[in-house]
Amino acid sequence: MTLALTVNSTSHTIEIADENTPLLWVIRDMLELKGTKFGCGKAACGACTVHVDGEAVRSCSYAVKFAEGKQITTIEGLGDEKNPHPVQQAWIEEVVPQCGYCQPGFMMATAALLEKVSSPTDDDIDKNIINVCRCATYYRMRKAIHRAAALMSSLPLPESQNT
Amino acid sequence: MNQDKKNTKKVSRRSFLVRGGLGTAGVLALGTYLFRNPIRRVVAGAINTADAPFSGNTDTPIVWFEVTTDNYIVLHSPKVEMGQGTFTGLAQMAADELEVSMTQMRVVHANSASGNVDGFATGGSTSISSLWMPLRELAATMREMISSEAAKKLNVNTSDLSITDGVITGGGKSMTYAEAVMGVKDWKVPDTPKLKSLSDYKFIGKPIARVDLNDKVFGAPIFGMDATLPDMLYGAVARPSLIGAKYIDANTSKAENMPGVVKIIKEKDFVGVVANSYIEAHNAKDAIEVEWETDKNWSTADIRAMVEVGKGKAYVIQKEGHPDESLEDPTETIISEYWSPIGAHAQLEPNGALASVEGERVTVMISTQVVGLTRDEIAKRLDLDKNEVNVVPTFLGGGFGRRLHTPNAVQAAVLSKAVGKPVKCFFTRKEEFQNDTFRPPTHHVLKAKLKIDGTIEALEHNVSSGDVAFGSPIVPRIAEPVLGADLGAWRGGMIQYGAIANYQAISWRVKLPFATSWWRSLGLLANTFAIESFMDELAVKTNRNPAEFRLAHIQDDGRGKRLKSVIEAVVEKSGYSDEVINGKAMGFAVSTDTNTPCAQVVEVSIHEAEIKVHKVTCAMDPGLVVNPDQVRAQCEGAIIMGISAVLYEKMEVVDGALTPTIYGPYQMALMKHAPKEIDVVLLQGAEVPGAVGEPPLGPIGAAIANAVFRLTGKRLREMPLNLDKNIVS
Ligand code: FES
Ligand code: FES
Repeated sequence: MTLALTVNSTSHTIEIADENTPLLWVIRDMLELKGTKFGCGKAACGACTVHVDGEAVRSCSYAVKFAEGKQITTIEGLGDEKNPHPVQQAWIEEVVPQCGYCQPGFMMATAALLEKVSSPTDDDIDKNIINVCRCATYYRMRKAIHRAAALMSSLPLPESQNT
Repeated sequence: MNQDKKNTKKVSRRSFLVRGGLGTAGVLALGTYLFRNPIRRVVAGAINTADAPFSGNTDTPIVWFEVTTDNYIVLHSPKVEMGQGTFTGLAQMAADELEVSMTQMRVVHANSASGNVDGFATGGSTSISSLWMPLRELAATMREMISSEAAKKLNVNTSDLSITDGVITGGGKSMTYAEAVMGVKDWKVPDTPKLKSLSDYKFIGKPIARVDLNDKVFGAPIFGMDATLPDMLYGAVARPSLIGAKYIDANTSKAENMPGVVKIIKEKDFVGVVANSYIEAHNAKDAIEVEWETDKNWSTADIRAMVEVGKGKAYVIQKEGHPDESLEDPTETIISEYWSPIGAHAQLEPNGALASVEGERVTVMISTQVVGLTRDEIAKRLDLDKNEVNVVPTFLGGGFGRRLHTPNAVQAAVLSKAVGKPVKCFFTRKEEFQNDTFRPPTHHVLKAKLKIDGTIEALEHNVSSGDVAFGSPIVPRIAEPVLGADLGAWRGGMIQYGAIANYQAISWRVKLPFATSWWRSLGLLANTFAIESFMDELAVKTNRNPAEFRLAHIQDDGRGKRLKSVIEAVVEKSGYSDEVINGKAMGFAVSTDTNTPCAQVVEVSIHEAEIKVHKVTCAMDPGLVVNPDQVRAQCEGAIIMGISAVLYEKMEVVDGALTPTIYGPYQMALMKHAPKEIDVVLLQGAEVPGAVGEPPLGPIGAAIANAVFRLTGKRLREMPLNLDKNIVS
């Protein structure tokens, strides 16, 4: 069957046998956008987080048919080196990634959170950012989330310990 | 110190070789001089320094550096990047001797065809320390070689040249490194130049941002799982759920008709599918009826009963004075027991490989910590010359020891050969959890006798553990009888208090029915949990401040001095106190791993039986620090990973299968569990870099348990630490 998808503001038409195929595999293996990661395939780690109409969605457990006609954003569409999203900018300033595998999912989850809660408390972060990072970069992530919030508003920037 | 010996060999002169390449002005290669027999190293280093050996064997020149036409330096790293920041540290070391800026440095993984792969492994917290001397010597030698070519081209004396950011200036003229190396056929290799003094370095010792930062923030396709090749297909291999399951046969008739299936491949030891997509490959694999043979329906209780001090074979790994005599009288001996569970690696990127077999030539892209071993295993299975197999390491989505054996690359290669196309073959998360090379469970028995004055007369640590090093193919089987005790299992298991007159450590070896092996820091996590909890018990019994109690038992040699320094530093920085203030208590512990002492103080509270770590102060002395920001990052990550293992993680054996098989039920630390404050103090008690990535996992378990004791009066003896729901504080 044919499906029309809009990913990072680009329209794609894909041919797919099974419309229940998880969106993750369409993004990674058909559209060749590898920034969205596979970690568990069961909505348990968040490595595959993308935005569907601005909502954070775990794409490994989201059938591609539901994405038809919606705006999908992946880490590649969040920002780039020339024009980083404030979340990416904050991630760079706090030097967050270690192995890096989980990081796109966390940045996507954070960007979605900041759209709803522009200046999240630690509690908001604990309740909403529930992805898994095995390198356990949570300490810097928390700082980066606060920094991103400040970058997006006119709040004073927290002081960075790094670099 | 072992480290110094390892680092003093010089660059061999005859082994330099330079060749040109596409977009490459020059390639600098040389025969390696780091490598030596792993078994000898293991035996020699076994008793006091549990360094994982760095060794291998290659006589052919290997590529270290390329100079590109636009004047970048490409460093081919023999160590893989799995998050530990090695690429950045190596780039700093090279840039400083090469006189180039950090922005001119590019770091890539060496592949097995380029020769420059670590013959042993990336692991054991040795990447920076083992390359500290050699890499700087190579860079300095290359700088001299390039400037002498520039001198010829510019027609000036080398002594009149100056170099800034890879541009050589002299006699009023200048040229880039790229221009200098262009067209040079015969390179003159000088004697290894004198290295700069530490104070002249611009990058070493500075918090330089990670060189892989942008790739990781903008989602570049850098991981094994992201690898692609034209015409690539997807593979899946049936993996057992049951412990000890042996593949017998498979009925594939249902799977053959599943959508997208290209071919079912039955081998003597496994069955796999190649299909058009990841999902189709795994769906078809699930439709295969596999016949597994198992011998026993294992349970957690069975495993626990096996791992008991007193069972298995005992090896005395450390002995001073007369501990046996001192601890003879049971009425005067204090005895405590501790336990740790089976731990999973749970690295985020599942294992897998992309293999392409074209006739006699094999290319495999893979996240692995053992490039050489993976190449050898593929060559053996496909009956090819090793030189026909190129293993191209990618960035690792986490290592932690899980990728110190990656035989799944062999299966991917077999599948690729069967279909004549590249095949990408990855584990599911369930397969990951059930086919891990687990952190073995442990049991510890500690004994002590106190003197009248409250100091320790005798101390003994017994650890019973499944195999760590002996569970791994990178430690040759013939090393077992030589070593006796498993050097991985007893890592961190020796007594670090040399001022005690009588002490010993005994390692009990148990062979478990499932694979156990390296897990970040190896035995250090559980051994320190046991020893440092016991030390706290003794301090409490004698009414001593826990830090002072440790200090009273540390000897006055160099090692002892460094150990005392981290204790004093952590006490001062944290303001350690035995008091419970506002429902929070502090806990203290200290460990020595691979010559890196590390002391930690945690601040803990308990809310509805849930242990919460608010703050961790960590003082560590890893010797010379190449990148303080990344050393801090390693401490932060190791501390939270340690909290995860100590408070939450546990694999069970139910009806013969390891479980759970998914994140969540395999509970790990999340954002909400991470301490909001981590304060890292770095001391420099040595002139060379030492271990960083694992040592900070040592003290965390005991520090938390010791804080819980101060809050509740209850001594928690088993990881994950679990408070009875009806204890309130
Ligand atoms: S891969 Fe989707 S949540 Fe883990
Ligand atoms: S950075 Fe490695 S899993 Fe998060």
